[in-house]
Amino acid sequence: MRTVLTDVKKIMCTVRRAPHGSIYVQEGLEAALIVAAYGAEVSLVFMDDGVFALKRGQDTQELGTKGFAAAYGALMDHDIQCVLVDRHAMAVRGMTEADLLSIGQDAETGELRWPRVVEAGEIAALMAEQHSILSF
Amino acid sequence: MKIAVCIGEGPYNHEAADSAYHFIRAALDRGHQIQGIFFYHDGVHNVNALMEPPQDERHMANRWSALGATGIHIVACVTAAKRRGAMEQVAHVELAGLGQLAMMTIQADRLVCFGD
Amino acid sequence: MLHTVNKSPFQHTTLADCARFLRSGDVVLLLEDGVLACQVGTLHVALVEGILQRVAVYALGADLKARAITELIPGIQVTDYAGFVSLVEQHKVHAWL
Repeated sequence: MRTVLTDVKKIMCTVRRAPHGSIYVQEGLEAALIVAAYGAEVSLVFMDDGVFALKRGQDTQELGTKGFAAAYGALMDHDIQCVLVDRHAMAVRGMTEADLLSIGQDAETGELRWPRVVEAGEIAALMAEQHSILSF
Repeated sequence: MKIAVCIGEGPYNHEAADSAYHFIRAALDRGHQIQGIFFYHDGVHNVNALMEPPQDERHMANRWSALGATGIHIVACVTAAKRRGAMEQVAHVELAGLGQLAMMTIQADRLVCFGD
Repeated sequence: MLHTVNKSPFQHTTLADCARFLRSGDVVLLLEDGVLACQVGTLHVALVEGILQRVAVYALGADLKARAITELIPGIQVTDYAGFVSLVEQHKVHAWL
């Protein structure tokens, strides 16, 4: 469902918890998709333990849970272009850009899309521009 | 000012819902409009009609119901409630989807999140 | 931006995490277990003092009283729920849950 709004609101979802140990990453992705479907300009930011949600090769089959692959694939469909990950949070957790998973494909070119690794200052500046921020 | 509140943690186990309640009361006292209150994740247990806390303790669900009776839009996430089998809400609380949180957030001037 | 922190600094890195994202003019509100950071003579005094040098730090009085915290790191301002609302009037909010 798409609701027509007079002005587009910027809404950020911050994901700060590790995946699989709790439901928050899954809910954060779902909320980002729905807020985008309601016409907001959504940014999705992975900070602190949230960066582990972007690690490639996650396999939840033995846990018997769904995993997030489908949700990541839907980000592009919902026009969520701004997917950021905090460089420092990755570094202190021993992650590099090579560890990141792709977050879908460009509909036109077919090119793989990746989260953008940024400094805390850029995230803080983007936070300041938001209409509101949902925490996960 | 229009303020939306999201509560993501259950009652009694954690202070989050108490903080949210005190914050909302103070916001109303200061003349603000509560655009909506959204119960998310384990937060849906806050409005469970079946809770029966000891009589000398605060009754969390009745508190929220009383706020709802004043006309404040209170929503429990239907997906979260179904997952938890928490489908009997106190009066003046609606079961609805995440779209309600999206609408509240977009329409309010501020969103304040409480949780664990 | 108003940053709310509700976690004990002795059990979580939330306050330190939040500190990396503070900008000039921002405000930190410590509530729930977050107020445990206000105490003097702890492992985390330097962290809190570092934050105080950059932005205003408030602590929720009801949470301090409940935890018998009376001696605060100098510079921390005590507020109540009305004060919390007042901070929300002035700032957008990020909850560091």
